[in-house]
Amino acid sequence: MARRATPEVNAGSMADIAFLLLIFFLVTTTIEKDKGIARQLPPDIEIQDPPIIKQKNLFLVTVNKNDQLLVEDELMELDDLRQAAIDFLDNGGAPSGSPEYCNYCKGKRSPESSDNPKKAVISVQNDRLTSYKMYIAVQNELVAAYNFLRDRESQRLYGWKYTEMKQAINEGDIEGSRADAVQERLEEVQELYPLKLSEAEPKKSGS
Amino acid sequence: MSKFKKKKSGDLPAISTASLPDIVFMLLFFFMVVTVLRDSNLMVQQKLPKGDQVEKLKKDRSIFIYAGKPGSGYEKYGTEAKIQIGDKFTDVSNIKFALEELRRKLRPELQDKVMVALKVDEDTNTGLVTDVKQELRDLNLLKIIYITTPGNQLDQK
Repeated sequence: MARRATPEVNAGSMADIAFLLLIFFLVTTTIEKDKGIARQLPPDIEIQDPPIIKQKNLFLVTVNKNDQLLVEDELMELDDLRQAAIDFLDNGGAPSGSPEYCNYCKGKRSPESSDNPKKAVISVQNDRLTSYKMYIAVQNELVAAYNFLRDRESQRLYGWKYTEMKQAINEGDIEGSRADAVQERLEEVQELYPLKLSEAEPKKSGS
Repeated sequence: MSKFKKKKSGDLPAISTASLPDIVFMLLFFFMVVTVLRDSNLMVQQKLPKGDQVEKLKKDRSIFIYAGKPGSGYEKYGTEAKIQIGDKFTDVSNIKFALEELRRKLRPELQDKVMVALKVDEDTNTGLVTDVKQELRDLNLLKIIYITTPGNQLDQK
C-alpha cells in the first residue's frame, strides 16, 4: 500500500474547453435592444362635449385597405407626407396681433391652413384591413414631422436639438439638477409644438 | 566596451500562454451574464416594421404583446394573425387576464408605470391592433410602444 503521489492533472486543455463554452455563449447571445414609437393612448371615458375643431385646423390622413394614402382629400405618396405635415403644423395662419398669432412659425401663413401649432390636430383614420407596416410608416412620418419642428425650435432657443436632448436624458448622460433643467426645456419645446395626433375609430370593413 | 555589446539575441523566448485561460474565462463569464435566454417562446412570425423616430424601451417596466401569423411549427393554428402573451395564444377577450397576470410579476413599485410593448408583425391587419388598444384602454394601461426595427420604410421603394 505504498502511497503514490497523484500525478498532476494536465490543465493545458482548459483553455480549449473554455473557448468552446465561450463560443456557445457568443452564438446564443442576442443583446436585445428594443426600440419603438412610444404613444399615449387616450383614456377610455366619454367626453361630454368634445371641443369643436375648426376644419382648417384639422389635417386628415386616411389610409385605405390597399395601403393608399389620402391626405386632405388628395392622394399622396408616403414620401411627401412628412413635408405636408410640417407645412400644415408650421403654417401659423392666425393674423398678426390676434391672440392665436404664432410668432415662431416659419410657414406660409396661409389663412386656409392651421392657425397655430397648438391648435393643429392631425387625425389618422385607418381601415381595419390596412397593414400594420403602413400604419407604422404613417405614424413614423408624422412623428418625424413633429421632431423636425421641435428640433428647429430647440436649436433656435437653446442651441441643442430636441431629439438629442431627449436621448441624453434617456441615456442618463446628464445628472442631478442639470437633468431637471434640461427636462424643463424639453417640456417647453413640447409646449410649442404639442403632439396632437388623434386616431379615429377605424372603418369596420374594407369599404 | 564589451559591457555594452549587445547580447547576441538567440531564439525569442516563447510567450507564455498560461494566462490565456483566465482571459477566456473572463470573456466567458461576461457573455454568460449578459445572455438572456428568451423566457417566452415565440409562436408567431415577427418581422417588425421599420421606424427611425424611436425611443428606447425600459425593460424592467414593460409587458410584451406579440401578434402575427402563427410561425413555423405552429401552422396547425391556421393562417390568421394571432395574439401571443407570455407563452400562449390569447383571444382578444382574454387579454385582460393575461396582462393582469404579467403585471403582477413586475416589481411592485413599477406596477403603475407599466409600458406595454407591442411587437406586431408587419403583415398584420391594423384592425387587430386596434382591438388590442381598445382592451388596453379598458385596462387603463395607456402607455404603449410600437416596437420597430431600425431603418425607414421609405428606403425600400
